[in-house]
Amino acid sequence: MLAMILKRLLVAIPSLIGVVIITFLLTRALPGDPAAYFAGPAATQEAIAQVRAKLGLDQPLPTQFMRYAADLARGDLGTSLTTGQPVATEIRNRLPASAELTLLGLIISVLIAVPLGILAATRPGSLVDHACRVLTTAGVSLPVFFTGLILVYVFYYLLGFAPAPLGRLDVFFSAPEAITGFYLLDSLIARDLETFRAALAQLLLPALTLAIFSLAPIARMTRASMLAVLASDFVRTARANGLTPFTVVVTYAFRNAMLPVVTTLGMVFSFLLGANVLVEKVFAWPGIGSYAVEALIASDFAPVQGFVLTMAALYVALNLVIDILYGLIDPRVRIEA
Amino acid sequence: MSEVPLLDVRDLTVEFHTRRGTVRAVEHIDLTLAKGETLAIVGESGSGKSVTSYAVMRILDRAGRIAEGSVRFTGLNVHDATEEAMRDLRGREMSMIFQNPRAALNPIRKVGRQIADILVRHVQAASNDAAEKAVEALEQVRIARPRERYHAYPFELSGGMCQRVVIALALACRPQLLIADEPTTGLDVTTQKAVMDLVVELTRERGMSTILITHDLGLAAAYCDRVVVMEKGHVVETADSKAIFKAPAHGYTKKLMRATPRPGVTLRDLLPEDSPSTSPRLRGEVVARSAAGEEAPPRIATVEKAPHPDPLPASGEREKDGVGGEAEPLLVVEKLVKEYPRQGAPAGLKKLFAKRPSPEPDVFRAVDGISFSVDRGESVGLVGESGCGKSTTSMMVMRLLDKTDGMIRFAGGDIGEIPAKNFARLPARSRIQMVFQDPTDSLNPRFTAARAIADPILRLGEAGGRDAVRARCEDLARQVGLPIELLDRFPHQLSGGQKARVGIARAIALKPDLIILDEPTAALDVSVQAVVLNLLQDLKDTLRMSYLFVSHDLNVVRLLCNRVIVMRTGRIVEQGETSRVLKAPEADYTRDLLAAIPHPPL
Amino acid sequence: MTPLTFRRDEPAARTSGLLAVVKHGRYVIGENPVTGFAFALFVVIVFAAVFGPYVVPYDPLASDTAAALKGPSAAHWFGTDQLGRDVFSRVVVATRLDFVIALASVALVFAMGGLAGVAAGFFGGWTDRIVGRLADTIMAFPLFVLAMGIVAALGNTVQNIVIATAIVNFPLYARIARSEANIRRDAGFVMAARLSGNGEFRILLAHILPNIMPIMIVQMSLTMGYAILNAAGLSFIGLGVRPPTAEWGIMVAEGAAFMVSGEWWIAFFPGLALMVAVFCFNLLGDGLRDIVDPQRRT
Repeated sequence: MLAMILKRLLVAIPSLIGVVIITFLLTRALPGDPAAYFAGPAATQEAIAQVRAKLGLDQPLPTQFMRYAADLARGDLGTSLTTGQPVATEIRNRLPASAELTLLGLIISVLIAVPLGILAATRPGSLVDHACRVLTTAGVSLPVFFTGLILVYVFYYLLGFAPAPLGRLDVFFSAPEAITGFYLLDSLIARDLETFRAALAQLLLPALTLAIFSLAPIARMTRASMLAVLASDFVRTARANGLTPFTVVVTYAFRNAMLPVVTTLGMVFSFLLGANVLVEKVFAWPGIGSYAVEALIASDFAPVQGFVLTMAALYVALNLVIDILYGLIDPRVRIEA
Repeated sequence: MSEVPLLDVRDLTVEFHTRRGTVRAVEHIDLTLAKGETLAIVGESGSGKSVTSYAVMRILDRAGRIAEGSVRFTGLNVHDATEEAMRDLRGREMSMIFQNPRAALNPIRKVGRQIADILVRHVQAASNDAAEKAVEALEQVRIARPRERYHAYPFELSGGMCQRVVIALALACRPQLLIADEPTTGLDVTTQKAVMDLVVELTRERGMSTILITHDLGLAAAYCDRVVVMEKGHVVETADSKAIFKAPAHGYTKKLMRATPRPGVTLRDLLPEDSPSTSPRLRGEVVARSAAGEEAPPRIATVEKAPHPDPLPASGEREKDGVGGEAEPLLVVEKLVKEYPRQGAPAGLKKLFAKRPSPEPDVFRAVDGISFSVDRGESVGLVGESGCGKSTTSMMVMRLLDKTDGMIRFAGGDIGEIPAKNFARLPARSRIQMVFQDPTDSLNPRFTAARAIADPILRLGEAGGRDAVRARCEDLARQVGLPIELLDRFPHQLSGGQKARVGIARAIALKPDLIILDEPTAALDVSVQAVVLNLLQDLKDTLRMSYLFVSHDLNVVRLLCNRVIVMRTGRIVEQGETSRVLKAPEADYTRDLLAAIPHPPL
Repeated sequence: MTPLTFRRDEPAARTSGLLAVVKHGRYVIGENPVTGFAFALFVVIVFAAVFGPYVVPYDPLASDTAAALKGPSAAHWFGTDQLGRDVFSRVVVATRLDFVIALASVALVFAMGGLAGVAAGFFGGWTDRIVGRLADTIMAFPLFVLAMGIVAALGNTVQNIVIATAIVNFPLYARIARSEANIRRDAGFVMAARLSGNGEFRILLAHILPNIMPIMIVQMSLTMGYAILNAAGLSFIGLGVRPPTAEWGIMVAEGAAFMVSGEWWIAFFPGLALMVAVFCFNLLGDGLRDIVDPQRRT
């Protein structure tokens, strides 16, 4: 088991190196002179030359890359032009907001999608099945920012159930003491139920938006792989040996069907992290996505680059977790490692 | 027998709802099975034999249902029983073993746990002693070190071992009825014998009744008391297995019987008796077309009649075929070796080698220094079980695969030295051709039959205008007995036998000297196999070709080959005249192989 | 003697093959009216993309402050935005831009990813390793995030949105093409083609590629929807297309601020158009898959 995890870790390393190379190349692909770009629009020729030397842009490309990598190793992602703050600090401060939102969205969608997919697969042609099919096809067609806006219109403007889509907490509340950085958990740790409720109210709509978005691929894959497994030879053997439907579906079919679903989770994460940016913009969520969007509009490249790198590193880590999870379910992977 | 039969099927009709409407897979069939009796249901693909057994167990899939008739098991009407009652019966009173044992087991659950699940379900064991009883069940199917195997996953076991586990599952609760659905299809002949012997021994010991579902009449007759022959959803004949070989009553049974390769018959004996005046090729066409369910009458083509020679001509006669008695054989293979890096070796083979105490070598020798030759006009059989290296050998001779070491001389030239990549465009390419195992897989789905046959002519032949190519295609089609009007069809519009003919036409299009036949009939029903084998024999004689016939089936090799080479784990264990090797084998392994072929009670 | 001249020899077979596909297609549509509906929708979308600018009632860029922020009415079916522009006209006119972006990026990725994947799957070895490594590296990024990074780095233009969308989809196409080519690499008909004297490139182009095309076309239809979403998402956060150009993503972004004050139509109708278009391509892709490969129905 440990050997498998170590092996997976080793596999993740080339991915990380690839990520660093690509983000580095993206910086160098900047149109025009990066030094002039980083020096700002009002800089003189001298100032630009200074910046160029400071950034090491007068060095050959491999040297520049080594320097870039060394900066990264020290946790230095550069400085934002607009705020003057180090990018790494900003991202660290904003990351919990994004993580809390994304995780809650994912949990909601898995809790709905997996049982839905299983129900649809065990009763093909039933109402649940049709509902599942419509929902999955419609779900992947919904632009996530559009879903968010509709939810805001219905639950905030029309019904007044939800608070204004402006950030993590209503202005009348103060943030709980940061332990995990997740407001829900921190407020529970501080035993502050009022804040918990307020944080949850803010979180619910954006999380739901993400959930609706990621529901479709998970439910679709669960249904398809459940159908395939239920039609397989070993399920027929289990049935021919008189095992109860519960044992057949849960012990025999479900675990096997989860393998492709776990793999799909990787793709879902990719979508979720991207959709996160759009949802944060709709709900004015102070996460790393809206940080990047603000920087993009201001043509401030260092935060964008830091953001892309952070997201990619996160995604590589998530894929690692998925691989390990897969190994836990499937002995074939575990033993061959 | 006056007592109530264990199983009594009356007037059973099973329907399936498909997109094209209702299809009757089984119509009005009757079956009885007494306690302790073994019954075989024999039929070709699509005869409804499996559906019958699923109806007995009531595990038809959603689209299928029992439309008419009754199935009574120990007096209980299976059709009317509640689902709970049926679940209690399944596994405890009646159970089933399936084709493809590896797929029949849950891939991610320990095999012991899977047995324990069933024991606990049918209250044969409590959860605390289920593991112990599961180990016992493994022991009973002769699995060595059952306690270790309890913790094994199916992918860690060989095919034969998996089938033993499936048998253990089926027999764990000591049911009264065992249904075995093609239990040994896809297994090697020695494994087949071991599995069948085990099933018979265990069921006899326990006084169980068995239904064996198979396409192999020989297997059925060797292991069962009675045989039921099914064709297209109907039972055409029921008889004692002794009687059915001696005096088959129904026409279909006769045809099936005749088409089954067995000792003491010639190729021609496999074909139906009727219309002896027609050329065998034309008769083949009739059979292939009727097998495909086509109504159009066979087209009468003028084919030069080939006199059929004895399949085992005297050695003196063969000399004439060679270009002078002293000439070098067409193909000479010397000390041929193929090695693969060990990592790529399949799990089954790894297992085999893991038992060696010495540290494993880095490479795995699929072919281990073999030498043989093929004369002009000769048919040589290359026989062995899966993994013995026969396919690897044929791929190297074919120049599709590069050798590691050794020599391949063809018609005097050393072709072994030419890399497989470069061989495709050399003139020598056209002189060695191949007929593939799976006719469906070997035809490009996007090419018509004519285009497939024309491909080698266009690439390597002297094509000379499209009319000439078309004429050549039609000519070849006539030679292999493929109706000309089928030339413009795509593979999915052709039957298995017709596709096999297209493959053969393509192989002979360039008039090669040597054709490698890689189990050319393994994917075909036995009646179509008989026709294709005869066609191959005729073509060899008219076109004066040599064959290297790769097969696992000694009975088929016996019919077609002058000489036979027996391979095991990459080496040749025996080679010689077919009649001699089959009558008086020298190697123990050959004897095992021969003994493992099911012997019907004659 | 070329294969082309030979093929002309059998027009009957060709047409019968084509006829069979049409017949089967009609059967699938008959069996599954949803696919028929999707196809009709597709025709509407193409019509709007081609003729949109000539049939709309208003100039999509003409503002009319007097008529700003009016709800849907007979004069303005989808209402007007904050500058008094007709939302309906803008939604219809935007079809062309969104459609062209999606089509161009899908065509680009098909050419790049499809060919690279087929070559990787068929030749294996180094080709496979390079293509695989490239795909893995792209896959290591959350795709939308990478697209953001690419557009930010290359510059904020429509052309770069097309390129970014294509790059982001590269691994998907490369992988599908790779696995389809790989399972056919040792198929009997490929070996038979070798025996017939076909060179490796010829086998790739004449034997393998035609067998993979149907699957790739289904994939193209399925990713059209994703490409549209991707492009709209990028312009929603202010990348690529810039105001006042009519484009669905931007229009939703412009209308977003008015959602909380009740003027829902500004963001709703472009969002709806976006959704319907993506929905249409997804349904169409599923339908095509049924036609091409009935076994893969889910």
